[in-house]
Amino acid sequence: MTVIFLILAAITIAGTAAAMSLRSAIHCILALTIGLVGLAALYLLLGAQFVGFTQILVYVGAVAILAVFAIMMTQGPGKTIQPILSTNWPAGILVAAAVFAILAWAIRSTPAHSTPTQPDATVNQIGAALMHHYVLPLEIMGLLLTAALIGAVIIAMPEKKEPQ
Amino acid sequence: MSPLNGYLLLSALLFSIGLAGALTRRNAILVLIGIELMLNAANLNLIAFWRYGPNPAALTGIMFTIFSISVAAAEAAVGLGIILAVHRHTKTTDLDQMNSMKG
Amino acid sequence: MTPDTIDQIFVITKHWLLGYVPSALQPIVSAILSVVPILVLFPLLFAITTVLERKGLGRIQNRYGPNRVGPYGFSQPIADGIKSLTKEDVIPRSADQVVHFLAPLLLVLAAFLGYAILPIGRNMVITNLNAGLLYFFAIGSMVELAVFMAGWSSRSKYSLLGAMRAVAQMISYEIPLVLASVVIIMATGSLSTVAIVEQQAHYTYSLPHWFVFTPWGFAGFLAFMVAATAESNRSPFDLPEGESEIIAGYYIEYSGFKFALFFLGEYLGMFATSGLAITLFLGGWSAPFSFLTWVPSYLWFFAKLLVLICIFIWIRGTLPRLRQDQLMNLAWKFMLPMTLINIFTAALWHFMPAGILRWLACTALLVIPCIALSRGLKQGKKLQVRTYRFAE
Repeated sequence: MTVIFLILAAITIAGTAAAMSLRSAIHCILALTIGLVGLAALYLLLGAQFVGFTQILVYVGAVAILAVFAIMMTQGPGKTIQPILSTNWPAGILVAAAVFAILAWAIRSTPAHSTPTQPDATVNQIGAALMHHYVLPLEIMGLLLTAALIGAVIIAMPEKKEPQ
Repeated sequence: MSPLNGYLLLSALLFSIGLAGALTRRNAILVLIGIELMLNAANLNLIAFWRYGPNPAALTGIMFTIFSISVAAAEAAVGLGIILAVHRHTKTTDLDQMNSMKG
Repeated sequence: MTPDTIDQIFVITKHWLLGYVPSALQPIVSAILSVVPILVLFPLLFAITTVLERKGLGRIQNRYGPNRVGPYGFSQPIADGIKSLTKEDVIPRSADQVVHFLAPLLLVLAAFLGYAILPIGRNMVITNLNAGLLYFFAIGSMVELAVFMAGWSSRSKYSLLGAMRAVAQMISYEIPLVLASVVIIMATGSLSTVAIVEQQAHYTYSLPHWFVFTPWGFAGFLAFMVAATAESNRSPFDLPEGESEIIAGYYIEYSGFKFALFFLGEYLGMFATSGLAITLFLGGWSAPFSFLTWVPSYLWFFAKLLVLICIFIWIRGTLPRLRQDQLMNLAWKFMLPMTLINIFTAALWHFMPAGILRWLACTALLVIPCIALSRGLKQGKKLQVRTYRFAE
C-alpha cells in the first residue's frame, strides 16, 4: 500500500463521508466535489488518464453544478430543512454497514494476485476501440444522451398556465 | 493485502457510504447524490480490475467506465429535472412528506 | 552562443541545476524548477496587463489612462497591489465563512493548473500529458464551481444572481470552446499539446503550417476566441460582473486581497485560454516565417500572447455589452451550429485532394451557413426602427 494511495483514499473517504452527513445541502455538494476529485486522482494513479480527466469534466464540471443549481432552486439561499435524517435512519445505517461487512469479507477472502505491468491506455487506443469495437454502444450512448437532454428539459419546464 | 484488494476495499467503503446517505437523508437531491456516489464506487472497481486484472490491453474496464460516467450524468440530469418538477408541485423536497399519491 | 543554445537556455540551465541534486530528490526538484517560473512569470504578466489595459482602454475612450505612478503610469500595479493588500477584509456577518474563503482560492488554483500543458518553447512544457487538451478543459470546468461558490456564499441577492448568470454563461460557452478544438484534434490525431505544436512547426515556401491559415482553422480560431472571451467573463460578455448593471455581480461582497485574487484568477484564465489558442491555432512557439526561426521560441510564444491580449483589450474598449438572452442565443443558436459545420468542413478538407477546389469548397461551406444563420436569427426578432426622443 503506497503512501500516495493512502493519502488519496483518506481524502476521498473524508469528502464523501462529509457529503453524506453535513447539514447544509450546498456544503454536501462541495464536499462531494472534493471526494470526486480524489477519485479522479485515484484513476490517474491507476494509469487511466482519459477516465480521470473525463471524471473531472463530467462530474465536477456538470453534475455538481447541476446539483447546486437544483438545490438553489428548491431551497433558496440560507434555509435548511430542519431535520436532516429521515425517520427510520438507523435501519439505513444498519443496511449500509451490513453491505460493507459482506463486501469486505468477500474481498478479504480472495487470494492476492500477481500485479501485471502498467498497461498502456493512450487516447489513440481508446479512440480506436470506440470507433471499431465499441461503435454500437457509442451510438446508443449518443441517443441516450439526446433522449435525456430532451426529457430533462421537458420535465423541468414550467407548465404553461391555460388562459381562463 | 495486494493493491487490488486495497482498491476494492476502498470502493466497497465508498459504496456503503453512498448507500447510507441514500437511505438516511431527507432531501431528495442528496439521495440522488448518494446514488451518484455508488456509481462512482463501481467505476473505481472497474478501473482497478482493468489495471490489476488479466488482459488490460483490451481496455474493457476503461470503456465500461466511460459509458458508466455518461449514463450517470444523463441519469443525474433527468433525476434532478424530476425533483424540480415535484418541488414545483408539492413545494418541498422532503422525502418523508412525499408519502401520498394524491395530487 | 548559437541560436539553438539561446533557444534552449532554460532547458540547459534546468538540467545543469538538476546535476547538483541527489538523484532521489530529482523528480521533486525538477517539478519545482519547472513550476516556479510559471508562478512568477504569469502574475508579472498580469500586472503588466492591468496597466496596459487601463491605458489602452483610456486611449480608446479618448483619455489618458493612469499616468501618475512611475514613468507614464507604468508602476500602477505596485500601487494597486499595495492598496489591495492593505485594504480591510470585510466579510458579511451572514456569509458562509468557509465557502467564502475557499472560493477565490479555488479560482486561482484552477487558473494556475491550466498552464501545466502549454508548450512555452521548444521542449519547454511542464508536463506532456497524453490527454493534455482534455485536462485543460476539465480544469476549466472547475472555474464555474468556484464562481458559484463565491456568489452563493455571500448570501446576497445581487451576488447570487450574478453567480447564476455567470455559471449559465460559462456552461453555455464551454461547448463551442471544446467543439472548436475538436477540429484541431481531428486534424492532428492527438490530444497532446506538444504534438499539436510540432505538427505546425513546418514551413512550405517559408510560410508556416499554422492551422489558422486554413478555412476551418480560421473559423475555429474565431469561434475559440469568442468562446474564450465568454469563458473568462470579459467584455462584451461581462454581464455577470458589469459595473453598471449588477455592481460587480458575484464578487460584490469581497474586498481587499480576495478581490484581487478574483481579478488575478480571471486574468490568468484569460492568459491560459489565449495560450491554448496560440498552441492550437497559431503554431505555439513556431516562428511565422522560416527565415525568422533564429529568434528563440519562447519569445515567439509571448509575442503572440501579447498580440492576443491586445486584441482582448481592443474588443473590450470597442464593443458594447451583450444582454443575457443575446449571449445565450449567440452560444446555442449560432456558435453551436457553426462549430458543428466547422467540424464537417475540416473532415471535407481532409478527404479532398489539395488544390484550389478544396479552398473554395471549404470556404463556401463555412461562409454561407454563417450568413444564413445570422440573417435567419435576426429575422426572428422584429426589430423596430430606432426613434430618439429628446427632452424638449
